[in-house]
Amino acid sequence: MEALGLLLHGFAVLLTWKTLVLMMVGLVLGIFVGVLPGLGGPNGVAILLPLTFTMDPTSAIVMLSCIYWGALFGGAITSILFNIPGEAWSVATTFDGYPMAQQGRAAEALTAAFTSSFVGSLVAVLLITFLAPMISSFALKFGPPEFFAVYLLTFCSFVGLGREAKHKTVISMSLGLLLAGVGMDTVSGNLRMTFGSAELLRGINFLVAVIGLFGISEILLTMEERLALRGHAASISLRVVLGVWKDLPKYWVTLLRSSFIGCWLGITPGGAIAASFMGYNLAKRFAKDSESFGKGRIEGVFAPETAAHASGTSALLPMLALGIPGSGTAAILLGGLMVWGLNPGPLLFVEHKDFVWGLIASMYLGNVVGLVLVLTTVPVFASILRVPFAAVAPMIVVSCAIGAYAIQNAMFDIWLMLGFGVVGYVFKKIGIPLAPFTLALVLGNRAEDAFRLSMIGSGGNLGVFWSNGLVGSITTLAIVLLFWPVIDGLLGRVGWTRRI
Amino acid sequence: MRIPVKAVGAATALLLSTPAFAGWEPTKPVEIVVAAGAGGASDQMARMMQAAIQKNNLMKQPMVVSLKGGASGAEALMYMKSSEGDPNKVLIAYSLIYMLPLSAKIPFNWRELTPVSVIALDQFVLWDNSAGPKTVKEFIEAAKAANSPFKMGGTGSKREDHVLTVFLEQKTGAKFSYLPYKSGGEAATQLVGNHTEANVNNPSENLEVWRAGQVRPLCVFDKERISYTSKVTDTQSWADIPTCKEQGVDVQYLMLRAMFLPGKVTAEQQAFYVELFHKVTQTAEYKDYMEKQALKPIFLTGKDMVQFLEEDDAVNKALMTEAGFVAK
Repeated sequence: MEALGLLLHGFAVLLTWKTLVLMMVGLVLGIFVGVLPGLGGPNGVAILLPLTFTMDPTSAIVMLSCIYWGALFGGAITSILFNIPGEAWSVATTFDGYPMAQQGRAAEALTAAFTSSFVGSLVAVLLITFLAPMISSFALKFGPPEFFAVYLLTFCSFVGLGREAKHKTVISMSLGLLLAGVGMDTVSGNLRMTFGSAELLRGINFLVAVIGLFGISEILLTMEERLALRGHAASISLRVVLGVWKDLPKYWVTLLRSSFIGCWLGITPGGAIAASFMGYNLAKRFAKDSESFGKGRIEGVFAPETAAHASGTSALLPMLALGIPGSGTAAILLGGLMVWGLNPGPLLFVEHKDFVWGLIASMYLGNVVGLVLVLTTVPVFASILRVPFAAVAPMIVVSCAIGAYAIQNAMFDIWLMLGFGVVGYVFKKIGIPLAPFTLALVLGNRAEDAFRLSMIGSGGNLGVFWSNGLVGSITTLAIVLLFWPVIDGLLGRVGWTRRI
Repeated sequence: MRIPVKAVGAATALLLSTPAFAGWEPTKPVEIVVAAGAGGASDQMARMMQAAIQKNNLMKQPMVVSLKGGASGAEALMYMKSSEGDPNKVLIAYSLIYMLPLSAKIPFNWRELTPVSVIALDQFVLWDNSAGPKTVKEFIEAAKAANSPFKMGGTGSKREDHVLTVFLEQKTGAKFSYLPYKSGGEAATQLVGNHTEANVNNPSENLEVWRAGQVRPLCVFDKERISYTSKVTDTQSWADIPTCKEQGVDVQYLMLRAMFLPGKVTAEQQAFYVELFHKVTQTAEYKDYMEKQALKPIFLTGKDMVQFLEEDDAVNKALMTEAGFVAK
């Protein structure tokens, strides 16, 4: 029960007025960015990251992770009330949430979404609490070949399990890998693709790209569509909340299944987006009357929200213990850790106990406080959407520009961000997914370094990727996932399984 | 953000041109620029100075650590170069200021910055895993006898760690595969996990894993042993580590740790920082840090510093040329 002692220590670190205030501020900001279409978790965290540069690491991560929890909660609000997913992982929530709102059951749907979010993250936090110490000793087993195998697994699972057309995923990923190569190459010590420019020396910053790709491009799209926002009045009364909670035990199978899917996908980097779709699809598949899904069924809200939160939370575990981000937001938090002078990796749990357990304790507190906060402030946040788009859009653009500039104090990055905004717009128009692009941009360099270090170490022998049980099984799993659609098709033909 | 700073700088210059002498002081938070990743030796040193300045009230404005380790530290160099005239940024430099322009043809020359002071000299130590050979001799023999070359972890390519590895090969005849990691911290972790056979980390980078009994210091690349005799682990102090020369491997290398301001700052601004870092070297925090991380104390400024830099530059250039790391 060492974990319990450490957790209590974490609560002790956390329970100061300063951190509690930061936590509330983070949650409110997070819900705010979650509600705004186009901002969302990764952007919100990316923009607000520089604000924390001067804080001590524990306060900084508590505030940022609370923005993250807040964004996860807030994403559900617009999905249900306006059929606009504020977050990519909230898309599945609109399937049943919006019909419920149209039937006048908005309050019920919102309560269901918030409650299941809470359940999902709680399961994931419990997992982190009891598994984290084990994972850090396991992590020392990771040398260059093992790291490369994990990166390969991530790339392959995106191609093999993604919902988008395979060739588009590959195109998007390749472009990301290409841009990841800009700058200094650590292995040879030479410059690549900088064309003599001092600005390109430091490479293309992942955060700048993300702000442009998601934030700016969403504004461009919304401008084009002249989006009219018409919301439903939303207020939550205690009676509705208690009614939903009373029915909760009936859906324990759905909640448990979605939690499990979420944790699994969060730890093996697949991302919250995939988890929410998988949770929804599985709930639909196992339901007796699957036709009623999509017409306002409460289970259709429980399933994706639980999975999204479980994966969003558990994605922090590989980030802390291995230095490998499980989601886009985790990748940004990873950058933050390095800024605060913490080396994510196996020794983080040994050397920075205060930080790690403070963070884990903040997950518990943040979620409880977040739940209460969203249940009470829904009408306020919903009113953001009554502000005309013409007034909101410039504010978003300005905050994106400040965010991009502040990362490296470079004017050039603002131009880069605008450029990526156009790229993101074009990608969305021609249906090329953005997620593989950003994934390749953040992991491309490290995957390449890991591969080349493995090759230097083994004298150019590819067998090093099967040289022990650990690296061998990850590599094999990666290749299986890459060809999963083919394998699944073959299995389906012999009547083994059906596509999820 | 830059304009007000310049305006303040100009106003200060005006004030200073009047006969009434007023000492210059920073008017906004001072950024201490680290040309390396988080947790590396430069970063730790920057944080020590930040704490020493804050705790002893050496400066009214706060000091913030700004990590610019991108492009193997070139990011920090270019950042300093482009901050000409800004007295609120101070670089904590090491040998990369000589090496990077040679190996990667970065358009940078340390002579364009304003030297403040040399504050320490850093050692390099040959380390292996605590399960590996116990002496330099055994280590070299094992490396020669191994079927595939021993893997030597280090930070960056064509830099001090890489140069040391090349000279180790030349002097002993053993072959190593040099694995360039992104930081000394990573090189340490990889040695603990047995993914490399050795590394040539600075004392500070391997201190924690040494104390945890996970790695063993074999020898130090200096003319003389490290002077600190208090116990670091249960049985050993820094002074217990033999020099490589004692062990029959005559390779020596010391690395400077020096502070620079951007180019074109005023003499008053330079004087403020010379004084500030001189005060830092008098603090308990600095002395404690020097001993804990086994650094050689030194304080050079003005002409002495420039002379030291010129000589050090020549030494590094010669080493880089001999190792074949100078880009054509």
